[in-house]
Amino acid sequence: MARLTTLLPRGVSARRPRLWRGAVLACAAAYFLVPLAASVVFTVDVPGKGLSLDAYGQIFRADGFTSSLLLSLELALATIAVVLLLMVPAVVALRLGAPRLRPVVDIVCSLPLVVPPIALVAGIGTVLRWGPEHLAATPFFQTLVAIQNPAFPVVLVLAYTVMALPFVYRALDAGLRAVDVRTLTEAARSCGTSWPRALVHAVLPNLRGALLNASFLTLALVLGEFTVAQLLGFQPFAVWVVNVSGSQAQLSVAVSVLSLLITWALLLALTSFGGGTSRRAAPRRKE
Amino acid sequence: MTDTTLAVPLAGGDGHRTRAAGATVEFRALRRAFGATVALDGLDLTVRPGELLALLGPSGCGKTTALRMLAGFEHPDSGLVLVDGEDVTGVPAHRRDTGMVFQSYSLFPHLNALDNVAFGLRMRKVGAAERRARAAELLELVGLPDHGSRYPHQLSGGQQQRIALARALALRPRVLLLDEPLSALDAKVRLTLREEIRRLQQELGITTLFVTHDQEEALSMADRVAVMRGGRLEQCATPAELYARPATAFVAEFVGTMSRIPGRVVDGGTVEVLGRRLPVDGEAPAVAGGEVDVLVRPEAVRLSHDPAGRARVVATAFLGAVTRVTVTLPGGTPVKADLPTESAAALPPGSAVAVDLPDRPVLVAPRAA
Repeated sequence: MARLTTLLPRGVSARRPRLWRGAVLACAAAYFLVPLAASVVFTVDVPGKGLSLDAYGQIFRADGFTSSLLLSLELALATIAVVLLLMVPAVVALRLGAPRLRPVVDIVCSLPLVVPPIALVAGIGTVLRWGPEHLAATPFFQTLVAIQNPAFPVVLVLAYTVMALPFVYRALDAGLRAVDVRTLTEAARSCGTSWPRALVHAVLPNLRGALLNASFLTLALVLGEFTVAQLLGFQPFAVWVVNVSGSQAQLSVAVSVLSLLITWALLLALTSFGGGTSRRAAPRRKE
Repeated sequence: MTDTTLAVPLAGGDGHRTRAAGATVEFRALRRAFGATVALDGLDLTVRPGELLALLGPSGCGKTTALRMLAGFEHPDSGLVLVDGEDVTGVPAHRRDTGMVFQSYSLFPHLNALDNVAFGLRMRKVGAAERRARAAELLELVGLPDHGSRYPHQLSGGQQQRIALARALALRPRVLLLDEPLSALDAKVRLTLREEIRRLQQELGITTLFVTHDQEEALSMADRVAVMRGGRLEQCATPAELYARPATAFVAEFVGTMSRIPGRVVDGGTVEVLGRRLPVDGEAPAVAGGEVDVLVRPEAVRLSHDPAGRARVVATAFLGAVTRVTVTLPGGTPVKADLPTESAAALPPGSAVAVDLPDRPVLVAPRAA
């Protein structure tokens, strides 16, 4: 083997992987960038007028853009709050108190990945339509009506919470694996801190990266979710984009490009914000 | 990175350096089972005010469970934990007034050293200026006054445990609990930190419980050592007494090195071993046929070069001034003997030797299976 190596011209073995790496990278880049570039060209190239950014200008003037985007962001914030309030205490309790239940929670939290949104919305639709007349005057019926308020459909928050479970659970679980939760809470408690305060002051700050990841995944899910919102008859951002694409093709593609850029900006912000956490997790210095 | 020496003397009159009256800790008939495993099986133990008591025993003997019960992290199935005569069994961990240093590095990764030490004070809503001043004083006490701005990942293992010690002392606890705080450190740092913890404990006069499975650590640091086995207390005594007069064969073999030499009880008070008769220390166990093991420390065994001797040297281990020589008796029984290194040089492995014991009472135990 050593002899073979000496027979090879110097640098060949080092250059070949680099060549492959470049080729693979170029293919991957082409796969992502060509459709993206085509979309951008489509939005700025107006037939007979040349290049124009008019389509992007129209976005902000288009009917329903602001209201649907605001609704989506509100839904996303509410979903993030609900899913984190539900899952953070649950995964910490699972780790500290009932590690044996972990496989059960694993399966329960993975179910939304198995159940397609169309099945979920069919179920939700059936429940919402169910309401015998003699219940019409009861708070139960009024609750069903209230959660379907088009100004802020709570039912979507509930549906998105379920759909975000697998992502949030995995992000939090990965974060908790990197932290010795038991020792941190016990150390905090021996410093005179009650259990809930130990969770807030000793555990949560060390889960910053995981919380940001979970929040971002939920935000991306809510901003892009179409099926449930459309079939339940609400108009958040994704539904608005599809509706507008029927009549104004250039505008809808411009919106897609813009939302992609927003998503990237959020991702970059997350990476730079979470950088502090990864630096702190750096290996301990030697004696 | 070397650990600086912890050499802050007691100034007296201010904050943490004032000698505090230690608390009395009592465990009364503590029992705790985890499923089929009994961790504590009726533990009775009293820790005197201001003393450092080491809980020593093999893995699973219940020493950590006992410590965690005092901290409030475990609750007994039955029995009581008392601090200064007051029953604290039902008091939650954060109201126990104990400070604890853990085996694993337990500093909060998101806080720097100063904020870690000040954590308890912040939770008690002590003003920012006051808590920073007190945390800085504690950092000085543990010999790391310049490390306040460093995060845990920027500190060595030894430094992290010093900061953890400072954090445990920040609220001026009545009892200090040390759960194998040195076991993750390398040998040299362990030795330094051991001496410094002891010095600090004596300076502050704080009642301290120290859990360890390292007998050398326990014997060198503690005022008294409680040897545990199977959830029960075997013996609680000063290190010297534990070594010289172990109450049971288990203690004798767990504390220090002990060889078992087959012998036979001739009458109630005499045992025949290595061809001579020696008095029995304490009571001889009543066993059929009088077959017993005589327990001897390596420093008590005498070896001499003897071409007619039936014992053979099988190994030698250089320990500095002394060399530990392992010989096998004719029946295959291994016996360890500590000899001055220059004498041991004359006994290379394979030499024929004669084994002898001094003419003084010996400990005996039922013959090992």
